[in-house]
Amino acid sequence: MDPLEIARWQFGITTVYHFMMVPLTLGLGLLVAILHTMWVRTGDEKWLRMTKFWGKLYLVNFIMGVATGIVQEFQFGMAWSEYSRFVGDVFGAPLAMEGLLAFFVESTFLGLWIFGWNRLPKKVHLATLWLAVIGSWISAYFILAANSWMQHPVGVEFVDGKPVLVDIWAVLTNNTLLAAFPHTMAGAVAVAGGFLLGISWYHLWRRRRDGIDTVDAKGRVIVGEAPEIPGRDRADHRVWITSLRIGAVVAIVGFGAVAITGDIQGKLMYEQQPLKMAAAEAACHTGTSFSVLSIGELGAQDCDKVTPVIEIPGLLSFLAKGDFTTDVPGINELIPEYEQQYGTTLPDDPMYGERAGQEIQYLPIMEVTYWGFRIMIGFGALAAFAAAVALWITRKGTVPNSKPLMQLAIFGILAPFGANAAGWIFTEMGRQPFVVAPNPNPSGVDGVFMFTAAAVSPGVDGFEIVFSLVTLGLVYLILMVVEVILLARYTRAGIAGVMPERFAPHDDDGDDDAEKRDDVLAFAY
Amino acid sequence: MDALPIVWFVAIAVLWTGYILLEGFDLGVGMHMLFSARDDKDRRVMLNTIGPVWDGNEVWLLTAGAGTFAAFPLWYASLFSTLYIPLVLVLLGLILRAVAIEYRGKLVSRSWTRFWDWSIGLGSAVVAFGLGAGLALTTTGLPINENGDRVGGPFVWLTPVAILGGLALVGFCLVHGATFLALKTDGPVRERMGRLVPRLAPIALLPIAGWAILVELQGGGNPLSWTLLGLAVVAGVLGWFFARSRREGRAFTGFAAFGALGAGSIFAAVFPVVLPSTIDTAYDLTIWNAASGTYTLTVMTVVTAVALPIVLAYQAWSYWVFRKRIAPHHLPEAHDPVPAVRTTAA
Repeated sequence: MDPLEIARWQFGITTVYHFMMVPLTLGLGLLVAILHTMWVRTGDEKWLRMTKFWGKLYLVNFIMGVATGIVQEFQFGMAWSEYSRFVGDVFGAPLAMEGLLAFFVESTFLGLWIFGWNRLPKKVHLATLWLAVIGSWISAYFILAANSWMQHPVGVEFVDGKPVLVDIWAVLTNNTLLAAFPHTMAGAVAVAGGFLLGISWYHLWRRRRDGIDTVDAKGRVIVGEAPEIPGRDRADHRVWITSLRIGAVVAIVGFGAVAITGDIQGKLMYEQQPLKMAAAEAACHTGTSFSVLSIGELGAQDCDKVTPVIEIPGLLSFLAKGDFTTDVPGINELIPEYEQQYGTTLPDDPMYGERAGQEIQYLPIMEVTYWGFRIMIGFGALAAFAAAVALWITRKGTVPNSKPLMQLAIFGILAPFGANAAGWIFTEMGRQPFVVAPNPNPSGVDGVFMFTAAAVSPGVDGFEIVFSLVTLGLVYLILMVVEVILLARYTRAGIAGVMPERFAPHDDDGDDDAEKRDDVLAFAY
Repeated sequence: MDALPIVWFVAIAVLWTGYILLEGFDLGVGMHMLFSARDDKDRRVMLNTIGPVWDGNEVWLLTAGAGTFAAFPLWYASLFSTLYIPLVLVLLGLILRAVAIEYRGKLVSRSWTRFWDWSIGLGSAVVAFGLGAGLALTTTGLPINENGDRVGGPFVWLTPVAILGGLALVGFCLVHGATFLALKTDGPVRERMGRLVPRLAPIALLPIAGWAILVELQGGGNPLSWTLLGLAVVAGVLGWFFARSRREGRAFTGFAAFGALGAGSIFAAVFPVVLPSTIDTAYDLTIWNAASGTYTLTVMTVVTAVALPIVLAYQAWSYWVFRKRIAPHHLPEAHDPVPAVRTTAA
């Protein structure tokens, strides 16, 4: 087995998996910090309940992002040592800054927040959460700086066959990064919005199904209570309807921001990686039309087998250039340009090992780029549309007593996750066959690019990468199941599950000394 | 001769030492949860001593790794690819352990708790062993060729030195963790750990001393490394005396100083070689041939000089916030999340 192929699968699987947890961490963290702020400012218990509930789900998810993130940092050196050697002068710096300036802040202050209830002054305690969330956002900035450099290498000179950093500021203000960061963060916020929406919908539905809330003749909610079910008081309804509305609005706003920043990214991509843009479109011939649907053998790496079925004239030009008439170069025009500049076969260099002399496929796997691009946009738009519909349906204060609709709302949580994953798969696989894409701008530095085929560790054999792929894959699979079970358990338990002391059934045995002692910790593992 | 690679050699040594000192007791506590706890209450007391701080401590590892990548990319690339299998095991340990710490108390069920206890205990042991082996190998040598790539199969790293290094870090973490528990708990755990440390330390600290001496002998040593090693031994002996008389704070300081001085001695002894080649000394990676350019090192020096003192300040503050000893009666009762559902449909 070719170590290169396995190492690529491993990087793809571990990264996509990591990025299931991360957007939720980034987005939900921000929302929990806002909810906590509302509680500190108003003193309304509704906000405290929301902080505790969403905070608990945030933490269950957070740790998975932390745990799977360590793999990312290690595997550059483990499986991609030639890559690490080639880019080390540039690429290690943002990773080290991420640790020094972001991870320390994030993890130290999150520890203070988790265990700081009743121990820190209220406002200091709130500040610890904000610092943790800001830390996680800064970490996203640095890792996107590293990734953006792979998409569009800047701030370097080419010395002795390697890029050498000459301007860190250029790396940290790379125009690719300035577009990718808001795009990614907006996507993360949209994920969190959908999460709040789906889970709140479940609780409002549960209250209706259990006969706690009813509706009057005009469909307006009549809020009730069920004293025998811990947590199901009148205030409980306010928790969920407020959460639902916040979630829906956040999902819609998030998607809007994703669309605007995505448009900026598309225009940059047209300049920086024209072949990726063309492959996203299956645009074989130079032209202006956006393909709504193309059929044929997209994966055949052969343009003759692709047939556009529905096209919108002018739209592709608008996506790439902002007008309706500029021709966007197609695959048939671009590939000869790449072949002329970067060769038709991998160079006869020891770093390519047995792969030296192989023909270079400049066209990314079009099935992936074409559908990745469409799933990203489609799932994102679908989630935003569903959020708008949800706002309308719940305008009278509750959800319909319908189980399928509730299931749809829960299932809909997955759509923004899918959009995020598809977007990353598209942009990373669309960069192939390069791991560091050449920069065709006038500002670009000649020679600063790297074929993925050269990046893998020469000393590591296939067995080792299979071993790590299988073991990590198995552990990831088990942990995914465990996380979902835990999220489901805490979701179903609602507020009483996260504030047990507040809703604990009263103990009449008189033996509640332990509960009354004032030195009992507010929270402990 | 450029001073920056030397600065960064010291910086990497400081980051690794910081990691060993801080996460050292986390890993030790994790192992003691499996081997030295009598019941679930003990395990919860132990876990909660590191609860608020363990994640921040682990960032020292990430920063040591990323700092190596930034400052000495060739060292990072050769070491991490050569130690592929042990690092996979370390990663599995880190993942399971991290998730276990967070998830253990989230449900109340015997099998759930047991599963995560094993994950914490074994995960901690594997992490300590794997990283100890890796550090021992980077100070004594691996079979790398002129490109820095491993020659030989996936298991050429598995040598007596690797086992010595693995045992060294496991042993140190056990002592350090037990001393930490004696310092941070009250009740039966404090009592038992107080009795355990003086008996455990003389045996468990032998491998790390062996590793330090091995490194001295191999390179001929230098006055600085020998001095640090001597001071380390003094600190260790003092720690042992304090542990025997149950002066927990001083014992902790003594063993921590032993760890810091011992690590310092090892790094000083290998300087300036960061990864010797056992094939040909011409292939040795040194701070001179493995380092990034001057500009990168300058940028990283500025960032680290500004950030690290601030990190130390707020981490110290978090230890101060959670300075109280944990006793069994401090722990709130564990609650299982119960579905908020009407069981008999209305």
